Amino acid sequence: MRRLSQACAGDFWGERSVIESDVFVQAMQDMGVNFFTGVPDSILGGIIAELMTRRLYVPAVREDEAVGMAAGAYMAGRTPAVLMQNSGLGTSLNALISLNLIYQQPCVLIVSWRGRGGKDAPEHLVMGEVMPQLLDTVKIPHRTLTENTAIEDFRWVAATFMARRIPVALFITKGVVKGLHP
Amino acid sequence: MRPEQGTLVSRAQAMAALLELLTDQPVIICNGFPSREAHKIADRPTHFYMIGSMGNAPAIALGVALAKPNKQVVTFDGDGNVLMGMGTLATVGALKPKNFIHVVFDNEVYGTTGNQPTISNVVPLEKVAKAAGYVNVERVLDRDDLIYEFKDMLKKDGPSMLLIKVNEFAEDAGRVVHDPPDITRRFMKAIEG
Repeated sequence: MRRLSQACAGDFWGERSVIESDVFVQAMQDMGVNFFTGVPDSILGGIIAELMTRRLYVPAVREDEAVGMAAGAYMAGRTPAVLMQNSGLGTSLNALISLNLIYQQPCVLIVSWRGRGGKDAPEHLVMGEVMPQLLDTVKIPHRTLTENTAIEDFRWVAATFMARRIPVALFITKGVVKGLHP
Repeated sequence: MRPEQGTLVSRAQAMAALLELLTDQPVIICNGFPSREAHKIADRPTHFYMIGSMGNAPAIALGVALAKPNKQVVTFDGDGNVLMGMGTLATVGALKPKNFIHVVFDNEVYGTTGNQPTISNVVPLEKVAKAAGYVNVERVLDRDDLIYEFKDMLKKDGPSMLLIKVNEFAEDAGRVVHDPPDITRRFMKAIEG
């Protein structure tokens, strides 16, 4: 089982190389996350495949439903994460605001950043541009995962969401975590 | 006015009858009047009262049910709520949690906002649930039947849906007095173990 610290220090994973899906999932588990749900995106395909291999993934049909399931699992003693494409942030905004933020229910949002820098299909461009400001506006802390800061990024997630009992978002851009297709 | 209107129980009457049959089961109650009424009838720490995120009660209940497979989990829902989060019927039907009981108080209106009609008068929600994969579904119109069927569902493996046709009467119930973070903490503590 490969861990992030080994992967970052190890010979097989040098500067700026892609984060393997199993390393990503192991890092989430190492911070205590033990309930994963969500709606797929191509950028998250590798992570979801790994979660399914580990029999950890509960598929949802909408992102707000996934947020609700995560809230229930949290109250039943689990530590939840929700995977989604950033378009799903729009769908789940009401649940995040009037459930998680109001009731103080933590959750890690693993959000693929489609439309970043204006390079994507048209339906992704508006959300791709406004997503960070959108989360700033509703006071959901966020950070973008990069290969070189991965250990720090995970540490920040782990330190923030349970301590403050709020959702936090980790943005995943294309190519940072290994997907299903190279 | 529907023809059977005069004979139906109110949601609060139906809810009171169900709450008498429940003890320490977690109960997730949808937003609007249902949460206020449940809070007025019996304020138990095992109740999770929703004040927002309409349509999400069964999703929250499903999260609890999956994380606590040995605890029977109940959700009190409404027809407007089910219609808004209808995809969750499919998720429940596919995952088939045995410990999941979905009660729908169907008054065919959005009661909290002034009784605007929903479409549950022409869309039988229990049939949608059945088609989606719920194992037991029942539609009941009176008090004796709802008690009988709910007792039966408490004994059976689910997922189950009990749809209770109720009239539009809303109890004079104030807002839930607990702060939402307190509702979370109290509920978590009550369902521990």
